Amino acid sequence: MIAAIEPTWYLILAALLFSIGAFGLLIRRNPLVMFMCIELMLNAANLTFVALATKLGDINGQTAVFFVMVVAAAEVVVGLGIIVSILRRKPGATADDLAGLKG
Amino acid sequence: MDTTFLEYLVFFAAALMVLGGAIGVITLKNPVHAALGLVMTLFGIAVQFVAQEAHFLAAVQVIVYAGAIVVLFLFVIMLLGVDNAMDLSVEPIKVQRPLAAVMGLGLASLITAAVVKADGSTVLPGARGTGIDIATQTGDNDSNIKQLAENLYGDHIFAFELTSVLLVVAVAGTVILTRKWPKGEPDISAGVTADADADSDTGAAK
Repeated sequence: MIAAIEPTWYLILAALLFSIGAFGLLIRRNPLVMFMCIELMLNAANLTFVALATKLGDINGQTAVFFVMVVAAAEVVVGLGIIVSILRRKPGATADDLAGLKG
Repeated sequence: MDTTFLEYLVFFAAALMVLGGAIGVITLKNPVHAALGLVMTLFGIAVQFVAQEAHFLAAVQVIVYAGAIVVLFLFVIMLLGVDNAMDLSVEPIKVQRPLAAVMGLGLASLITAAVVKADGSTVLPGARGTGIDIATQTGDNDSNIKQLAENLYGDHIFAFELTSVLLVVAVAGTVILTRKWPKGEPDISAGVTADADADSDTGAAK
């Protein structure tokens, strides 16, 4: 049931997903969309964890995915809180406008 | 039909969902559409989890990611009223997109080359686990959840307890970050709030 598709396929898919996420993070200016790109990269890492857990027969990989999800949820809550308070001060702010944060 | 063929069909259909959604996230102009692309990617990942017998993680993926996190994104988009299309042709730094494309392609090809070279044959020495219980082999439909629970509440109980601290800190921090404190009341973000109020007043005046 599990052996038909090699983990290599999943790892390549995760590599492509991670690259798309990193590319999007670099080209987009909207802080919300940049945040979504970070979620894409986190999911690529999760896919890698599960693929290697299956390959090595080690349940710890799946537990790691669980913790990644918890940290991602906490990160989204804090990040969106920061974005809300920034956009409340400067409506329509892009990542370029945040250069003022450097003081 | 052949089981192997079906597995490949599921894999490539889900891979198409994942990559199509991801490309949608980075190309669509409207943030709401980008969030819906993100939902498609997350569902594709959940399908891949099911295909690898990680049933509990697939359920959590749908509930936590597609359910909670994307709804939070949409909620913030609607709350701030930024759900209008942006002009993506404006690019303040000319060289950034070509450089980003080079980096993305390089990253993808390097990781893919490394994975293909390893070709699933390399096994880390001494890294073999105790095996994963699979529902179709053990005859127990809950075997994945049971094994995950034993691992989580056994080997990782301390980390599990710490995640509750993390979540409480995140929630408290977000409340402090986003709350509008009433004027004249001493609070811990006094300086920031005073500036924000001044800005919003001038913004309203304009």
